Amino acid sequence: MTDQMDAGLVAGEIAEHPDALSKPYAGGELGRGRRRKEDAKLVTGQTNWTDNITLPGLLHMAVLRSPMAHARIVSVDVSAALEMPGVIAAYSGADLAEEQGALPCAWPVTADMVHPDHPPLAVDEVRYVGDGVAVVVARDRYTAADALEAVAVEYEQLPPVVDMEAAIAEGASLVHGDKGTNVCFRWPFASGDSYADTVAAAGDDAVVVKRRFRQQRLLPTAMEPRGVVVAPIAAADEYTVYSATQIPHILRVMLALVTGIGEHKIRVIAPDVGGGFGSKLNVYAEEVLALVVAKRLGRPIKWTESRSENYQATIHGRDQIQDIEIAATKDGTLLGLKVELLADMGAYLQLVTPGIPILGAFMFPAIYKMKAYDFHCTGVFTTKTPTDAYRGAGRPEATYAIERIMDELAVELGRDPLDLRKQNWIAHEEFPYDMVAGLTYDSGNYEAATEKAEQMFDLAGLRAEQKRRRDSKDPVQLGIGISTFTEMCGLAPSRVLGSLSYGAGGWEAAQIRMLPTGKVEVTSGATPHGQGHHTAWSQIVADALGVPFDDVEIITGDTDSSPKGMDTYGSRSLVVGGVAIHKATAKVLEKAKRIAAHLLEAAEDDIEFARGTFSVKGSPEAKKTIQEVALATFAAHNLPDGMEPSLDSDYVYDPENFSYPHGTHLCAVEIDTETGFTKIRRYVSVDDVGKVVNPVIVQGQVHGGIAQGIGQALYEDAVYDAEGNLTTGSLVDYLVPAAPDLPHFETGRTETPATSNPLGVKGVGEAGTIASTPAVMNAVHDALRPYGIRDIEMPATPERVWRALHGSSAGRDPSGTVGLLGASGPDTAGNAAGGAA
Amino acid sequence: MIPPAFDYVAPTTLAEAVAALREAGEDAKILAGGQSLIPVLRLRLAFPTVLVDLGRVDELRGVSEDAGTIVIGAMTRHSEVLEDPLIQQHAGLLVEATATVADPAVRHRGTFGGALAHADPAGDLAAVALALDAELVAEGPGGRRTIRASEFFVDYLETALSPDEILAAVRIPKLEGSWGYRYEKFSRVAQAWAIVGVAAAVRKEGGAIAEARIGLTNMGSTPVRATPVESALVGASDLAAVQAAAASAADGTSPPSDLSGQADYRAHLARVLTGRAVAAAAGMSS
Ligand SMILES: Cc1cc2nc3c(=O)[nH]c(=O)nc-3n(C[C@H](O)[C@H](O)[C@H](O)COP(=O)(O)OP(=O)(O)OC[C@H]3O[C@@H](n4cnc5c(N)ncnc54)[C@H](O)[C@@H]3O)c2cc1C
Repeated sequence: MTDQMDAGLVAGEIAEHPDALSKPYAGGELGRGRRRKEDAKLVTGQTNWTDNITLPGLLHMAVLRSPMAHARIVSVDVSAALEMPGVIAAYSGADLAEEQGALPCAWPVTADMVHPDHPPLAVDEVRYVGDGVAVVVARDRYTAADALEAVAVEYEQLPPVVDMEAAIAEGASLVHGDKGTNVCFRWPFASGDSYADTVAAAGDDAVVVKRRFRQQRLLPTAMEPRGVVVAPIAAADEYTVYSATQIPHILRVMLALVTGIGEHKIRVIAPDVGGGFGSKLNVYAEEVLALVVAKRLGRPIKWTESRSENYQATIHGRDQIQDIEIAATKDGTLLGLKVELLADMGAYLQLVTPGIPILGAFMFPAIYKMKAYDFHCTGVFTTKTPTDAYRGAGRPEATYAIERIMDELAVELGRDPLDLRKQNWIAHEEFPYDMVAGLTYDSGNYEAATEKAEQMFDLAGLRAEQKRRRDSKDPVQLGIGISTFTEMCGLAPSRVLGSLSYGAGGWEAAQIRMLPTGKVEVTSGATPHGQGHHTAWSQIVADALGVPFDDVEIITGDTDSSPKGMDTYGSRSLVVGGVAIHKATAKVLEKAKRIAAHLLEAAEDDIEFARGTFSVKGSPEAKKTIQEVALATFAAHNLPDGMEPSLDSDYVYDPENFSYPHGTHLCAVEIDTETGFTKIRRYVSVDDVGKVVNPVIVQGQVHGGIAQGIGQALYEDAVYDAEGNLTTGSLVDYLVPAAPDLPHFETGRTETPATSNPLGVKGVGEAGTIASTPAVMNAVHDALRPYGIRDIEMPATPERVWRALHGSSAGRDPSGTVGLLGASGPDTAGNAAGGAA
Repeated sequence: MIPPAFDYVAPTTLAEAVAALREAGEDAKILAGGQSLIPVLRLRLAFPTVLVDLGRVDELRGVSEDAGTIVIGAMTRHSEVLEDPLIQQHAGLLVEATATVADPAVRHRGTFGGALAHADPAGDLAAVALALDAELVAEGPGGRRTIRASEFFVDYLETALSPDEILAAVRIPKLEGSWGYRYEKFSRVAQAWAIVGVAAAVRKEGGAIAEARIGLTNMGSTPVRATPVESALVGASDLAAVQAAAASAADGTSPPSDLSGQADYRAHLARVLTGRAVAAAAGMSS
């Protein structure tokens, strides 16, 4: 290789170090289970978290937060704080009213949506515990924390609005008094035939099952809390904003719109970011406040969130009440689905708050063929932390409801739950398939994934054991749960987003820069926060250009070096970001081929490209490596007439469709009927995420996703009391499962390529979370059904299960949430006693 | 979150520590492993002016034997308790319970003495100390005194120690004869505090239980000794008898109602777990 490079060297006098030159591409990058190139840095503490950033003259900001869910601000007095040594400034909302603007919501789902003003610091009223009322700025964070206690705020309490159903009842107290209602929007969506007519037409043959499911509120709990550092260059009115964010590009635009500072004067950097799960897909008060305060003071400002603040002031997930009705004929053929949704917005609308249940609207019909679909969603304001995107964002909620009710329908029809699914799902030969909700699923093979899962799971053996335990009235009962899910990934075709009134497009940008030594720099507008983007993308680039994996460097998360982007969410970084990169490599190759032809004095049509080498058909010695072409382009001594001397390329890719990963997850749980404790005995997942670029990363995403979905099923619950206080305000009370609580995940894959993108990839970031919650809860219900238990709310805590089993309803537990929706009926009491003896 | 400012002293002998504590007066706090104290400070629920760190007082660390008793220095870390051969041999119940405390990180900082002095009824170790009839050795300006475990835990987060006393060591009588033991902890996730825990040690003679010691975690404002069960167990020789005795496990207790469980559920758990703990300790697992 060195010889070949020498041949092309223009500056032949330079003695190059052998390592500076490329080794030949060994091939096989796509689909290779590489360890992540990000990890060495992470595990050796060389990571650049936002909170690690320190700058000369840095000042520390702290936010005083409302201890009340709803109150009028009578006065805010910062004077005592200002007198403390080390305190530089302190501001109330009123002090910053001129420049703080309003936090944006980019998804007005209806034209008449109620969109209340959302000041970063409350000015007149606080509307949730954690709402900011003042900031102090001090020389160090200790002084800032002390100074918060010196700020005097007088509140006049207003009624909290905690319960969604109460909030929309006649005469309810209002979260935003001037709006006259707690309803944010009503979003009706009827698709296909009329549900009512369809059921009526089926007459006596129609079997209808109705259920109410509650999607409890969840706290996203990224390992790294949020943080922001703003470095101003006062003289130039320029600002560098470092933020622990998923969306540096969107944030830049939004900060400009909110503050009036020119977009071209703001540079946003997302340094290393430690998880987000959607919670960092937002524009937060503290980001705006740090910028506004840095501008006022002309000094760099840092704010870092504590875990307690994180639980109060970072968005929450889920929180919906789902009334779902499914209709089928007696032979099990689905007729249609009707969904009535209440979705808790919290006190204000954050970036995409109202859009989350709307995303879900398209996923209720899931993988099933039906003619009628009726959906209606009401968005509701309450005096709680705003909700927004949390891993899956609308899709886990929908998937839970449909997968749970498919099981209930199977029971009603006396059918095996898997059989009923098989009868109604789209057969592999029916793709592409136009769904009742309006989406076109490009590809899938539910049969293959399910068959593989069944084989891995030993379904027959577990069913036999279940029967033994039932027959012997074993105190430990076994339950088996199924989830045959799909989801929509790769957000998103821009015109679809436009039709849903979303405020931006769904494209992604990429750039390839061919360096003179043959190394490759790649930029993307998608910004990683723990997923392994750099590894997967390097594999794509290495394979496409035929260069070694180690020769590829990915540059992300800085609006200066990768100026264009739509960032990371909705499992889009491979499906949209990766495809953009792939398309950019194609442009490089196209041009490199012309240059190679020119250098080899051959016709372009005679040039072949394989493993990084251009050669002339029929004369194998006549060849140029891509590195040689790069160097020749850099030298520009001998290029085709009029050709621009650059191999670099840009591509902005707008997907033509979503992608639709799917899979079958099977879960077996053991329930200790004496304590109510649920233990996951076996968990098998078969995911079809299309072509796999790196199976190690896919597996990691599936593992983490399943864990998070299990968290919703069994452990996690953000509980508010009647006064609107978050009573699960720390990790002591908000239980996140860790390794000892989780089973060994037996993961498998099938590979049905997406047809809507050239890489055939579908996305995997959210799949596990979407699939696992219903799989676990179906297993819990399967175990408890002989006791006459119809529905256990999530999380299925031991106490809830025990109360259901023993018919002792706790009524309203101290949290103020309703304990159980369905307790065992009288006819099953004997059964319960027998089973639990 | 950030604690309020405080002064910090790090004595190297127990005598110095006692003096430092006395000098600092009312608003001083002892810092052991910090696993309970630091969170309290960070949440600004306490405002001590001085912290007296026992971390460098070597004489408070380690395990020794004193005739029929093992003596565990108050500053012995949970992780050291787990590894200690003397404790393993003579107080296996403590090892079993300590293994359920939190996670490895907490166990490498937290201390046995700190856990007892903190006196959180949800902590796993106080019930064990109670069940094993431990004695707590306190050192103060007035000298040394020994407090029985049954008199040490006064109320929620409150012990018989006076503010100027330091818990120096814990003395645990060796179990003589054929004892079996089991700590049954019920929590929703592995690293969480117990919703209810049961520490059981039983001595068998001729196939029947001759003596039983049962301590309950999180069944009241202090750890509780389940004396009605203990007496009912004497003579029990099969599972049915154990279950029958366990039925009185919650008698006389007043368990809390909170996010992790209502009182009636805790009472039920106490009965179930007591049955399981005793059955396991007596080698009568079904
Ligand atoms: C995440 C987490 C989970 C936990 N889970 C559990 C659990 O499941 N089970 C469990 O039992 N515990 C649990 N703990 C508590 C743990 O066991 C603590 O280590 C213990 O409660 C306190 O010990 P410490 O050495 O850290 O004491 P510190 O936190 O330093 O002190 C605690 C209190 O005791 C006082 N004190 C300490 N030592 C002495 C002494 N020698 N003399 C007088 N006063 C003293 C201090 O002044 C302070 O008031 C958990 C802690 C954490 C952080």
